[in-house]
Amino acid sequence: MSKVHVSTTINGDPVEYLCEADETLLDVLRDRIGLTGSKEGCGTGDCGACSVTVGGRLVCSCLMLGAEAEGQEVETIEGMADGENLHPLQQKFIDHAALQCGICTPGLLVAAKSLLENNPDPTEEEARYWLAGNLCRCTGYDKIIRAVMDAAQEMRGAS
Amino acid sequence: MRYEAPTTIDDAVRLLTDGSGDRRILAGGTDLLVRMRSDMADPDVIVDIKGIEGFRDITREDGGWRVGAAVSGAEMGEHEALVAAWPGVVEATNLIGSTQVQGRATMAGNLCNASPAADSVPAMVAAGAVARVVGPDGTRDIPVEDIPTGPGRLSLTQGDIIASIFLPDPGAGSSSDAYLRFIPRTEMDIAVVGVGVALTLDDSGTCVAARVGLGAVAPTVLVVEEAANALIGTKVDDAALDAVAAACSAAANPIDDKRGTVEFRVEVSGVLARRAAAIAKTRAGGAA
Repeated sequence: MSKVHVSTTINGDPVEYLCEADETLLDVLRDRIGLTGSKEGCGTGDCGACSVTVGGRLVCSCLMLGAEAEGQEVETIEGMADGENLHPLQQKFIDHAALQCGICTPGLLVAAKSLLENNPDPTEEEARYWLAGNLCRCTGYDKIIRAVMDAAQEMRGAS
Repeated sequence: MRYEAPTTIDDAVRLLTDGSGDRRILAGGTDLLVRMRSDMADPDVIVDIKGIEGFRDITREDGGWRVGAAVSGAEMGEHEALVAAWPGVVEATNLIGSTQVQGRATMAGNLCNASPAADSVPAMVAAGAVARVVGPDGTRDIPVEDIPTGPGRLSLTQGDIIASIFLPDPGAGSSSDAYLRFIPRTEMDIAVVGVGVALTLDDSGTCVAARVGLGAVAPTVLVVEEAANALIGTKVDDAALDAVAAACSAAANPIDDKRGTVEFRVEVSGVLARRAAAIAKTRAGGAA
C-alpha cells in the first residue's frame, strides 16, 4: 500500500504528511500530527467529538480521509485559543461548568464557534439544532447551551 | 487501498473500470466511510469526484437548475435562488444528519446509497428530478426514481457516475414543493415515512400539475400518481387533500420494523402527504 503525500494548512500553519489512503483525517490529526484535541467518540459521524472545520465548513474528521485535506485549510480545537488567552466560548464553558468528563468538549467548542461565525445572534432553538450532532452524555446540554448563548452575547458586544 | 482524485470525468470513469477489485466513488463520504469503518466495505480504489470540474457547482441552465454531484447539503441551503425555486428539495436534503454531515453529504450520494428512507429522494422524485449519468457507454439522463432498484441496489453499472441532478422548471403557473418526514426524535434520525409534494397552480388557484414521492414505505421511493391526480384540477381544498391522503395510504406498502409498524406507516403516509400538499400550495401562493 503506497502512502499519500498531502500538503495542507492546519490552524494557519503549512503542514505536510504521508498517510494511508484509507486513513481518516481524525487519525492523521491525532496519530501523525500529534493534535489529540479532536476526539474519537463513535468513528461514524454520530457524536461530533471529532468536529473540525475544513475550508470553513464544519465536518466530522472521522468521516473524511486524510488524503482529502490536500490544499485545504483545516481548523481544530488547538487553534481556538490565542496563546494563553481563551476564546470567549472556552471561558464561558468554564464559567457555566458546561463540561464534566470533557470528551465532547473540543467538538462542541469547534461546532459552537462555527455556529457563531455563521449566525452571531442565534436563538436557543437554532443553537440546539446546530449542535444536535454533538453528543454529550454528562451535562444534559443545558449548561452547554447557556454557555454558548452567553458567549454569543459577549462576542456581539465586543465586536 | 489507493486514493485517486481525478480532475476529469473521463479519468474518473477509467479509474472505476480499469482493472479488477472493489472500486468506489467518494463524494461526501458520509455513507462510504461509515461502511468502511464498520467493515461493510473494503475498497481497493477510492475515486474522489469532488475535484472534477462542475461537480461542486449549482448552475442555472435553460429549463432548470443543475446541482453538481459533489455539492453538499449546506451549500444547497445557502443558495438563495435554489431555495426559492425548490424549497422542498432543499429542506429534504438539509434533514440528512447533523450540521457536520451537511457539510459533506450530497443529494446524489443520498440517492446512490439507495436507502428507501433517504430524505432527499421523495422530494427529488416529486420535483421530477433527472440524474445525469456518465459512464463507459457515454452520457444519459435518467429519472431519479429509476436509479435505486431496491435497498442498497442501483440500476447503474460499474463505472457509471452521477455527475449532476437536474431539477427541471415547472410549467406555466405558480409552483412550489414541500417535504415532510416522521421521526420519533426532533432531529438526527431516519425517516419512518417521508413525503415530497410538488405542484403548480394556475391564476385561479387550480392545480394544473403535481407529483408526489413517498419514501420509507416500500423497497424504493414510490411515485404516487393517484395522489397527484387527486390534486390536479382541484383548488387543493380539503376534499382534494383527503383524497391525497387516501391515495398515499393506499400506495404505502411498508414493513414492520423497530422504527414503525405497518399500520402506523400507512396512516402517517396519508397524514404527511396531506400536510406536505397544503404547505406546497401555500408556498405556491395558493389561498389558505
